[in-house]
Amino acid sequence: MLKRIRQAVAAISILMVTALFLDFTGTVHHWLGWMAKIQFLPALLALNVGVIIGLVVLTLIFGRLYCSVICPLGIMQDGFALLGKRAKKNRYGYSPAKKVLRLLMLLIMIAAIVAGIGSLVALLAPYSAYGRIVSSLLAPVWAWGNNLLASWAEAHESYAFYSVDVWLRSGVTLAVAVITLVVLAVLAWRNGRTYCNTICPVGTVLGALSRFSLLKPVIDTSKCNGCGLCARNCKAACIDSKNHRIDYTRCVACFDCLGKCRQGAISYRRPKKAAEAAGEVDSSKRSFLAVGMTLAATAALHAKEKTVDGGLATITDKKIPKRRTKIVPPGAASIRNLERHCTACQLCVSVCPNGVLRPSTDLSSMMQPESSYERGYCRPECTKCSEVCPAGAIRQITRAEKSSIQIGHAVWVKENCLPLTEGVRCGNCARHCPTGAITMVPSEPDNNSSPWIPVVNTEKCIGCGACENLCPSRPFSAIYVEGHENHRTI
Amino acid sequence: MNKTDNHDSGRRDFLKKLGLGAGAAGLVLSGCDGAAKQLTEAQTAASGEIPTDKMTYRTNPKTGEKVSILGYGCMRWPTVPTGKGEGDDEIDQEMVNRLVDTAIAHGVNYFDTSPAYCKGRSEHATGIALARHPRDSYFIATKLSNFAPQTWSRQASLEMYRNSFKELQTDHIDYMLLHAIGTGNGMDDFKARYLDNGILDFLMAEREAGRIRNLGFSYHGDIAVFDWALANHDKYKWDFVQIQLNYLDWKHAKELNPRNTDGEYLYGELEKRGIPAIIMEPLLGGRLSNVPDHIAVRLKERSPESSVASWAFRYAGTHPEVLTVLSGMTYMEHLEDNLRTYSPLKPLSEEEIEFLYATADLMVEYPTVACNDCKYCMPCPYGIDIPSILLHYNKCVNQGNVVETRQAPNYAEARRAFLVGYDRSVSKLRQASHCIGCNQCAPHCPQSIDIPKELRRIDKYVEQLKQGTLPLNNAQKA
Repeated sequence: MLKRIRQAVAAISILMVTALFLDFTGTVHHWLGWMAKIQFLPALLALNVGVIIGLVVLTLIFGRLYCSVICPLGIMQDGFALLGKRAKKNRYGYSPAKKVLRLLMLLIMIAAIVAGIGSLVALLAPYSAYGRIVSSLLAPVWAWGNNLLASWAEAHESYAFYSVDVWLRSGVTLAVAVITLVVLAVLAWRNGRTYCNTICPVGTVLGALSRFSLLKPVIDTSKCNGCGLCARNCKAACIDSKNHRIDYTRCVACFDCLGKCRQGAISYRRPKKAAEAAGEVDSSKRSFLAVGMTLAATAALHAKEKTVDGGLATITDKKIPKRRTKIVPPGAASIRNLERHCTACQLCVSVCPNGVLRPSTDLSSMMQPESSYERGYCRPECTKCSEVCPAGAIRQITRAEKSSIQIGHAVWVKENCLPLTEGVRCGNCARHCPTGAITMVPSEPDNNSSPWIPVVNTEKCIGCGACENLCPSRPFSAIYVEGHENHRTI
Repeated sequence: MNKTDNHDSGRRDFLKKLGLGAGAAGLVLSGCDGAAKQLTEAQTAASGEIPTDKMTYRTNPKTGEKVSILGYGCMRWPTVPTGKGEGDDEIDQEMVNRLVDTAIAHGVNYFDTSPAYCKGRSEHATGIALARHPRDSYFIATKLSNFAPQTWSRQASLEMYRNSFKELQTDHIDYMLLHAIGTGNGMDDFKARYLDNGILDFLMAEREAGRIRNLGFSYHGDIAVFDWALANHDKYKWDFVQIQLNYLDWKHAKELNPRNTDGEYLYGELEKRGIPAIIMEPLLGGRLSNVPDHIAVRLKERSPESSVASWAFRYAGTHPEVLTVLSGMTYMEHLEDNLRTYSPLKPLSEEEIEFLYATADLMVEYPTVACNDCKYCMPCPYGIDIPSILLHYNKCVNQGNVVETRQAPNYAEARRAFLVGYDRSVSKLRQASHCIGCNQCAPHCPQSIDIPKELRRIDKYVEQLKQGTLPLNNAQKA
């Protein structure tokens, strides 16, 4: 019974989180945004005290239920494990805890967070790993399906579906997602929750807590006949049936063992004798405290003359200009803040409707979001990334706030500017600047018939990239945005 | 073969007269109520067999030849995408052949093309389709389309002229036109294209030599050029003149755009001099067919079985000095509808003409852009898909999906239809926001649309929709 409930809740939960990553309309987030916010690591990085306390209390009462019904990566592994079990029954067995490895991983994670090495945090964080898998592998399929519906709707003069761009945002992130998925699938298929009990830092932390949980599976030694069926069905490999002991740091409260025991010897309840292993000083407990403390401290195209009618000129794709400082979206406050808090879950990248955000390929901030304007620009009415970020890396802002947050400034590149290179009238950058920071002036002062060029009042520029995106010069724009380390309000 | 066809259609006509059809037998079984007649197999004016021998013809006063009142405009041949790249397509030659065969079989004998049409591929495709029929069974009209300054030289213009013979696989052109005089920079361009390089004199010599059988011009834009050309009629002896004429432009052309001239004046000037008129844009590129709902209802109410387009064609044909009415028929359905309208032409009565003028008064209330999708503006050097943008806007205006305030009752649906439809009709990189205003397009527009200005207006509207910054209500708008 408990197992069925767990499976049902887990299924609903993973569907809801997945929906967050697949939805490009922004409606699902309104209802299910909290699913991302209750994930452990993002909540920790966002210093979301309420959620952290809630999760700690949950674990102290029920054990690592979080790993079974909230963590999407855990649920996904259970899915693979289920398939593995179909292929071969009773396939698992007890293995002793790999304490050193677990501790090492946890320490690496803490060090990475403290040092602000976002790419390492991103690699280890379970929720982010799941986000990457969905946004890199499932989202394109979803979008193509949608586009199919859109073309059908178009054929029927319906506006119910609209088509969306599917593009490869970062090859590195895709590769990481594929590798993660394959490794996890194989591990889960063969051995169940290996990742959760050796690598996952969240698992280690919650494991330290779950030792003391109020409710846990308990073996009634008077009924147990030592058949070992429970151990062979424990995906966490944590039941030592010979000694009638369960390693509660690794038990993910899946309840599989309860039903498997033919003697009815295992039940989920308060153990009669309180913590017999209390004497054993657990190193993971210390490290958990350490985490809490350290975190609290860190918290062109050339114009051809036309001779015949019709046809479309070829448009060269824009290329990313070399920016000295990268651009991060408004709400991030500073590059440093983003790198400190971001778990690279790709939620912001998934929801960006303008093709601006993509995972970074820099070594230090690998897979964390950054902005670029070849496909679109950071439009004035959009604050989607700030609404969805669960980790406090991009803080919620309003449209009004956004219009005055300076995330960078525009730089003019004389060599590419069409009025000078092709002698045409232009001014498309000035026409589309939402803050009126760009003015067209004659290139030769006092000569109004000389080509007119844009000048930028960098104090008024917010770095949204409208100018860069709409500049007719290709592949490199004649005006581009340099990011700012620290954002400010103008 | 012809005989059997005639015999067959004769029999159907006979059945039609009796009010019987193939379904007549079923009638007896289904009962004898008054609605019985509607249950017969449809044999109405809109769906019956098209007669092959009823086409109306007009006589060319100079040669005495009979020209079909329906002329085939070869500017809008059907295309199929090549799949090689966005917008890359080729003419669907097989379909062109079928269209031409059907047209000729039903009495059409005037085919109007130009070296510029369909990305410069129209003459070639038209030539292929026509060469499959006896040369004396149709008339070819083509033009000297030397718009681009690089073709203003005598040599380049002559090259273009001679190439037309090659593409059209012929040794004579029946109707040769100076193309769209009055566009671009008015008299200056006209002089540069035809007078200073001696091309007009050359074409007159060609007419003497018989390689050109009729010489005329088509006109759009600056009225000074039209007036100059007619003032010199004694010298040039224009055999015909091609003008834009339809029930909207008859009285409203100038009102809609001060740079244009009312059809009434243009036709009147030709009639005075007895110069046959060839009519272009009788349907305004479909704008007189794809009309707002209540206009369509108004026309349908008057004549439920005729198409909306048929009114425009009957209007153009009703003028007696008209030699032929050109229609750029892309689809077989267009061709069939027009063949019905003109086999034979039923001229409009005075009262019907007044009814159309009253309809035109209702139409000008709609803020559509006067784009006829002729694609003379294309290709835009910066990749903008100008006609698609303007057509999308017009479609939304006609469907009531362009709203003025956020409190409009249909604001939400209209906004969605406009924005979603915009991305569907025009890919993002080709939308109005990318127009830099270089103005290369505007001088080419036969309708004298200030294209950059219209694109900017549409772009502003799109931004207002996206940002939700349309005026809240009429008070705020004011």
